[in-house]
Amino acid sequence: MEFRPIVSALLRNKTGAVLVVLQIAITMAVIVNAVFIINQRLEKMNRDSGMDIDNMIAFQSWGFRDDYNHETHTRENIDFVNSIPGVIAVTPSASLPLSNGGSANDFRVTPERFDADGNQLPNVNANTYYLTEQGLDALGVELAAGRNFYAEEVNYLERRGGIFPPVVMMTRDLAKKAFGTEDAVGKTFYDFFGNPAEVIGLIEHMQGAWVNWDELTNIVIMPGVQPGPFLRYIVRTEPGMRDEVIATLEEQLPKLNRSRMIRRIEPYTDIVARAYSADHSMTVLLITTVILLISITSLGIVGLASFAVRQRTKQIGTRRAIGATRLHIMRYFMVENWIVTTTGIALGIVLSIGFNVWLVDTYSLARLDWEYIPFGVVALWILGQLAVLMPAVRASNIAPAIATRTV
Amino acid sequence: MFAYYVRLALKSIRRNAVLSSLMVSAIGIGIGACMTVITVYYMMSSNPIPHKSERLFAVQLESWEAPGPYDLDNPELLPELITYRDAMNLLQSDVADRSTAMYESVFTLEPENPDINPMLAIGRFTTADFFSMFEVPFLYGGPWALDGNGNPPEDAAVINFETNETVFGGENSVGRTISLDNREFTVVGVIDQWQPTPKYYTAHNDDFGQTDDVFLPIVINESWEKQNFGNTNCWGDTPMNSFGDFLNSECVWVEFWAELSSPDKRAEYESWLQGYVAEQKQLGRFPIENARVQVSDVMEWLEINRVVSEDVRVLLGLAFMFLAVCLLNTVALLLAKFSGKAPRVGLRRALGASKASIFRQNLVEVGVIGLAGGAFGLLLAWLGLRGVNAVNMGRYDRLVDMDWQLVSFALLMSIAAAIVAGLYPTWRVCQVPPATYLKTQ
Repeated sequence: MEFRPIVSALLRNKTGAVLVVLQIAITMAVIVNAVFIINQRLEKMNRDSGMDIDNMIAFQSWGFRDDYNHETHTRENIDFVNSIPGVIAVTPSASLPLSNGGSANDFRVTPERFDADGNQLPNVNANTYYLTEQGLDALGVELAAGRNFYAEEVNYLERRGGIFPPVVMMTRDLAKKAFGTEDAVGKTFYDFFGNPAEVIGLIEHMQGAWVNWDELTNIVIMPGVQPGPFLRYIVRTEPGMRDEVIATLEEQLPKLNRSRMIRRIEPYTDIVARAYSADHSMTVLLITTVILLISITSLGIVGLASFAVRQRTKQIGTRRAIGATRLHIMRYFMVENWIVTTTGIALGIVLSIGFNVWLVDTYSLARLDWEYIPFGVVALWILGQLAVLMPAVRASNIAPAIATRTV
Repeated sequence: MFAYYVRLALKSIRRNAVLSSLMVSAIGIGIGACMTVITVYYMMSSNPIPHKSERLFAVQLESWEAPGPYDLDNPELLPELITYRDAMNLLQSDVADRSTAMYESVFTLEPENPDINPMLAIGRFTTADFFSMFEVPFLYGGPWALDGNGNPPEDAAVINFETNETVFGGENSVGRTISLDNREFTVVGVIDQWQPTPKYYTAHNDDFGQTDDVFLPIVINESWEKQNFGNTNCWGDTPMNSFGDFLNSECVWVEFWAELSSPDKRAEYESWLQGYVAEQKQLGRFPIENARVQVSDVMEWLEINRVVSEDVRVLLGLAFMFLAVCLLNTVALLLAKFSGKAPRVGLRRALGASKASIFRQNLVEVGVIGLAGGAFGLLLAWLGLRGVNAVNMGRYDRLVDMDWQLVSFALLMSIAAAIVAGLYPTWRVCQVPPATYLKTQ
């Protein structure tokens, strides 16, 4: 290999090489961190929701006329939706999972808030939903243990929030945090004021309201229908029936009754997409940045290498004339690029870590996984070699005669 | 001379078309990416009411339960909202020049005209001072007037431009009626188009969204009992059996603003608030030891509420690194291009051009490339902003319009960037000893 002559040629004309080194270094810092953030967001968006999102529908009902009767009209809505072919279940709910809106409360496993010394006893914060006996089916979540609500346990509440009901269900994640064991069925759970409820069922897995909440799976489900005049509804259909059911709902549900307004009949996937829209747009913008940056950097390498080839036409011709093969010429430019790129990568590793430390310190971003660094190294090696390939081939095509002609 | 240099520059650019267009696109893409993010950042962090932002203050009180704090993860933060009873008490104070309390609710609006379908209206319960404090422009009519006892009329409503368009076809609707949740209201004022960005007076839910459709006097809801629609956070175990109990509870859900004309006034108001808290402590409220009060002007308030999202700040950092890569690229390409010019420069020098005039001439060329790059960059930024809005599902509608300041900033930045990138290559080309190149001709 002809490392030494290449290095000394580079050292004779440092400026161009230094510029490429810097460019590679910054490119690497941006790409490594951007890809890291992209992967984190993708992981976040692809978490298992526990629900049958693809086959769910949501809509809102607003009562407004004097003759609006919350219980009667809610039952009418429920019965009508259940009568549509393809519908598995429907439940009213004041708020929707994965919508970034909802309520949360503190709960305890003790009736008292304070121990004898006046210290606060541990509590858990959980996202709460009042659902009917069809709630689990409407969400498509799996009952892991215990039983579902009975229809007679579902009451129409007089006040928002209302009284803590005697029976509740919760997610297994919450049971583990609250009771320290998943075997929570039959145990007593207390609300903020110390009212007791029996845990009758455990939900295998489910996500709650706020996608950025680190306790997204802390969920308590209570039997009941929240007071009006405003309610949301969650509908689940047989696979493939969703759009058909939406069309039926849009056509027939508003006409059923004029004392309430039906709004926003939409597939549940739209609601989830809105909840993650910030993450989605960050991902798209970062991917765009990475692609643009890669093209800019490769164009730069192509431009400089082509220029170098043109400038050295005479020398290349001379080398060819005194016996260098095409492969030798190509190898010269590829190795030269590899040396420059590798220097840039070395600096880039430092920059990547530095940039990540800044991101971690300034913003609530996670620390970079070390695996991303070797990934960046390999990616930039490939980038450099691909970019220089075309100019190198062109250099290898220079005929030896050129050398004699221009002297 | 300048015109001649520009002509030379254009000639030289044409001679090296590939390299030149590479440079123009490098600058253009860098500027485009940078300007896209800068525009979003600039609009997000812009001052929505520049001439008054230092006189409007959001008021916060630490009325939370002991031992506190309100937000366990950020103990320095006070509740962003206050209780209804505190709001009503603070409204009585005459220390502030003006003050207002507000919260949001949602109604079904039925137009007079039966041909128009009922619609949902976002309403804001507030006081008459709201309109003058936030300089709300009126198209017709004005805020509701108070009677001799300082009470607002029971049936007055102010509607916004869009609602007036939908319900009354844009006519002067003052004196006409609308029905909200089956209660008749008389329109006293119609707001002209008004969209402060960010929507600073309520920086809680949708910072860049629509303003409210209907404004109603806050006190009428004490008997009307409409549920508020914003955040509500409660503590304490007082019974809550009626709306009256809710109004008297320790729940925080009301936004409060004060107008204070000078820093002295601000200090005076702060100490008055401290006195108020001490007074309430006597009544057994404000259990946190040394309960704090805080007044923040508009820009401080937007900072506390983190209106500029972290993602945008991170993207801004990335965009500048991106621009740096594009500039390094341009420097490298310019070096290449100018070294090809050496023989020509040598000839010019030999014919009597001074180093200074060669320098100027080449700098003009760099400037022309910068300008072209800037124009290309603006086009890309315009496309980029449309793209940003599209991936954000239209949420950024109001954030993606560049004004003339941003456009001129982009052009200046690209010329400056090109000149910075061009200084070294230009200087290098001036160092050419004429003799070397004349010999090889």
